[in-house]
Amino acid sequence: MSPHTPVIEVAGLRKSYGDQVVLDGVDLTVPGGTVYALLGPNGAGKTTTVNICSTLLAADAGDVRIAGYDVRREADAVRRSIGVTGQFSAIDELLTGRENLRLMADLAHLGRAEAQARVSELLELFGLTDAAARRAATYSGGMKRRLDLAMTLVSRPRLIFLDEPTTGLDPRSRRDLWQIVRELLADGVTIFLTTQYLEEADQLAHTVGLLDGGRLVAEGTPAELKAQAGGETLDDVFLALTGHAATPADDTADDTEKEPVR
Amino acid sequence: MTTLTYAVRDTRTMLRRNLLHMLRYPSLTIMLIAQPVLFLLLFVYVFGGTMGAGLPGGGGRDAYLGYVSPSILIITVASVALSIAIHAAKDATEGIIDRFRTMPIARSSVLSGLVGAAMVQTALAVAVVLAIAVALGFRPDAGIGGWLGAIGVLALLALALTWLCVALGLAAGSVETASNTPMFLLILPFLSSAFVPTDSMSPGLAWVAQHQPFTPIIDTLRAFLAGHDPGSDLWWALGWCVAITLVSFAWARRLFAQVRAG
Repeated sequence: MSPHTPVIEVAGLRKSYGDQVVLDGVDLTVPGGTVYALLGPNGAGKTTTVNICSTLLAADAGDVRIAGYDVRREADAVRRSIGVTGQFSAIDELLTGRENLRLMADLAHLGRAEAQARVSELLELFGLTDAAARRAATYSGGMKRRLDLAMTLVSRPRLIFLDEPTTGLDPRSRRDLWQIVRELLADGVTIFLTTQYLEEADQLAHTVGLLDGGRLVAEGTPAELKAQAGGETLDDVFLALTGHAATPADDTADDTEKEPVR
Repeated sequence: MTTLTYAVRDTRTMLRRNLLHMLRYPSLTIMLIAQPVLFLLLFVYVFGGTMGAGLPGGGGRDAYLGYVSPSILIITVASVALSIAIHAAKDATEGIIDRFRTMPIARSSVLSGLVGAAMVQTALAVAVVLAIAVALGFRPDAGIGGWLGAIGVLALLALALTWLCVALGLAAGSVETASNTPMFLLILPFLSSAFVPTDSMSPGLAWVAQHQPFTPIIDTLRAFLAGHDPGSDLWWALGWCVAITLVSFAWARRLFAQVRAG
């Protein structure tokens, strides 16, 4: 994939659960080798967007192409192109850190020697070498997040989805994760992340999309958005463009984006 | 490699993951074996004297040991299957299932790896319980054909009950529910020819007992181990096992396609 060709193309994306409209016509394009941050409060439709782009969920309407492949008709080709770190921990807590990574290497069909090398390399990169032989259940929140992301990187995906990667992390773990995102970017990886934190979008993203009530209410570079709304911070921008604050009053607010139980 | 070789490789990877889970919980495996052994001791040394006297042709505790040992092997199979419902529910409610669903792997490998590990665990548990029964004085009269038949019936029953429990576990929605819904599999043998001949039951109950799956399955196993021809019981046993396997397999696959963690 050459840089700057779009790796995510979303047009007219719609999704509802019964009467509840979650995505109400979203269009967005992400060029290769950039970071796109989808910013919005709980219930804005961020996770639903990621789930549809990563083949977990079918859209009601709209076209979604990932790395040139249609998510509906070419799901397996899309899956070969992406890595996903979801909002909820996707590690196997009964396995050790090393076994978790080895599981991913085997599922990526790496050869034995290559798998071992890749696992050791990632353990080192994510500062988990000392904890490699411990069960993941004993890891701290920050370590679990790092292992989670390391598992996503085993197959060297060129496009990575990070759904609220730093929610619930302490400031230091958050900065560590930002550093990892920057290193991935330097390697030419495209990153699509969702966040409730305006600072995070400001720090990392080339392009920020403001999602509110299932619609993209504004899109641009952090600087453009600030100029557009005449505000200093993205907080001002969000308030100016949506009429309400982005940062949730209560971080533990229930997850209204969660799919209803079927 | 072809799609099929990938499917086989992914299944092997998932099988190893599930065997590791079982190794990490040796106490669970021990409990799965202890429960049927306790039943065996209870039925032979507490009830066995009286129950044996009531068998057709009479006999005492020793005769009852011969009567009840095959039933205890069937209970062992059911006991392991029960634990698989918990594994399936745990997998389905944790984030890692969504990770697998965004990876280009054979979908079927997640469930078939679990069923494969269950078969390994069942074989181990049945071997231990059988060895204890033999140590207590159980003396099967089976020839080679009888042993092969006995192993075949146990394997088919294990496959049927495991797939059924995988489906029940996926349907449960929580680990707590999954540990309760398949309990009927431990109750049903009591309403069969497992512990007493069905014609000694009250007429209505006897009819139920004679027409439920466990009776022909237990009678077939009992006949094989005694070196007799199971006759028409064999066809009923095979029919039930195949039917339960096919229905449960289709049900489990359907549920798995709908499963969403979080």
